[in-house]
Amino acid sequence: MIPAAFDYTRAASVEDAVTVLAGAGDDGKVLAGGQSLLPMLRLRLAAPTMVVDLGGVAELRGVRDDGDALVIGAMTTHDDVTKHPLVREHAPLIAQAAETVGDRQVRHMGTFGGSLAHADPAGDLPGVALALDAVMSVAGPDGMRDVPAGDFFVDYFTTALGASDVLVSVRVPKLTGWSTHYEKFHQMAQSWSVVGVAAAVRRSNGSIAEARVALTNMGVTPIRARGVEEALTGAPATADTVAAAAARAMEGASPLTDGTASAEYRTQLAPVLTRRAVMAAGGL
Amino acid sequence: MTRISMTVDGVRYDDDVEPRTLLVQHLRDRLGKVGTVVGCDTSNCGACTVLLSGKSVKSCSILAVQADSADVTTIEGLAGDGGELHPVQAAFHEQHGLQCGYCTPGMIMAAVDLLTENAEPTDAEIREGLEGNLCRCTGYQNIVRAVRAAAESMRTSVPSTPETAEAGAREGVTT
Repeated sequence: MIPAAFDYTRAASVEDAVTVLAGAGDDGKVLAGGQSLLPMLRLRLAAPTMVVDLGGVAELRGVRDDGDALVIGAMTTHDDVTKHPLVREHAPLIAQAAETVGDRQVRHMGTFGGSLAHADPAGDLPGVALALDAVMSVAGPDGMRDVPAGDFFVDYFTTALGASDVLVSVRVPKLTGWSTHYEKFHQMAQSWSVVGVAAAVRRSNGSIAEARVALTNMGVTPIRARGVEEALTGAPATADTVAAAAARAMEGASPLTDGTASAEYRTQLAPVLTRRAVMAAGGL
Repeated sequence: MTRISMTVDGVRYDDDVEPRTLLVQHLRDRLGKVGTVVGCDTSNCGACTVLLSGKSVKSCSILAVQADSADVTTIEGLAGDGGELHPVQAAFHEQHGLQCGYCTPGMIMAAVDLLTENAEPTDAEIREGLEGNLCRCTGYQNIVRAVRAAAESMRTSVPSTPETAEAGAREGVTT
């Protein structure tokens, strides 16, 4: 299986990539690590006429401390994200989830920004970005703009990125005093999530002061489980209250049926995995 | 066509390739590195695993142009100049870490990568480290044993390392 022919540009900079993409109209495609794009090209599910490779743009790689937030370059590989001391200290939820993506080989090539821009409903990192209130920094023909995670994932495999836009970096607020957990349910070691739950909890004096919960693969985009968050906020940090809150996981969810699982199965899984995720995050 | 230059198993190659050329196609069809095999062709099985700048990758899911300027090590580049096997190769041989052998090049490259990062993996870590590689003979028991034995032998002796960039003086231009 060989991809359809395309023209190829190795971008020298973000500006260069935006310019080339603008010239390609709707037929351009950004190549990050290629771990989602290459299979799609090979199966001819995608056939762009221009592929713009960001692999040579050094400024897109790496993680830096920006005071109350981390800034993760879009082209930072899952492997580098997982091992980065700043990520492990200030955003361990990202490290934990990134470590479950694909397998070692995929994590060596696949990138944090690539996963977000691909917006696979079964991808783990979009839900994590949503739970952490991450903000995407996007370069486009009209310059730079910020897009909050809540506005970034708009539909099935569809983000707020326009045809000429490039995701540059992701700003992740540090959660000081919070604890987190990513609960992933999948059928085989290297397979996608059937359902995943990203949970962040801040405990105070035996209660849950704040909670954030996002669900993977419970709709065409990742979704925040607002009902669960509402039920947890201010509640005593006990197994019973967590179970009662997790029962609201389906509020706002509309899971799909696909080759991996039925919507009914996912409906059963979501509250169970939400309870596990919040229990683990809350140290219960 | 796009001009690329890469070092493969210690030899530098400069070639013009179609951008859609997969790395595994380039290695096998252009450079004759047929030790690297195509298994599932869908990035699941890991049979095509090579090292790209020292890290394991699936060469069926990378474009050759993405490996421009990189140092690639295939299964053919592991053995020493005199033909002495790399400790991981030797361990797969001695521990019977293969049945039909089709997954073996990828298994060995993935194991080399794993042991570079973790010189003393537990069995669980070996299994997890090889999650991207499938053996349809289901010969996993002996594969894990082979990786464990390789780790032991690499810890107790001076490892024979694959030739890398310094051998780039021997240029091979195939266009």
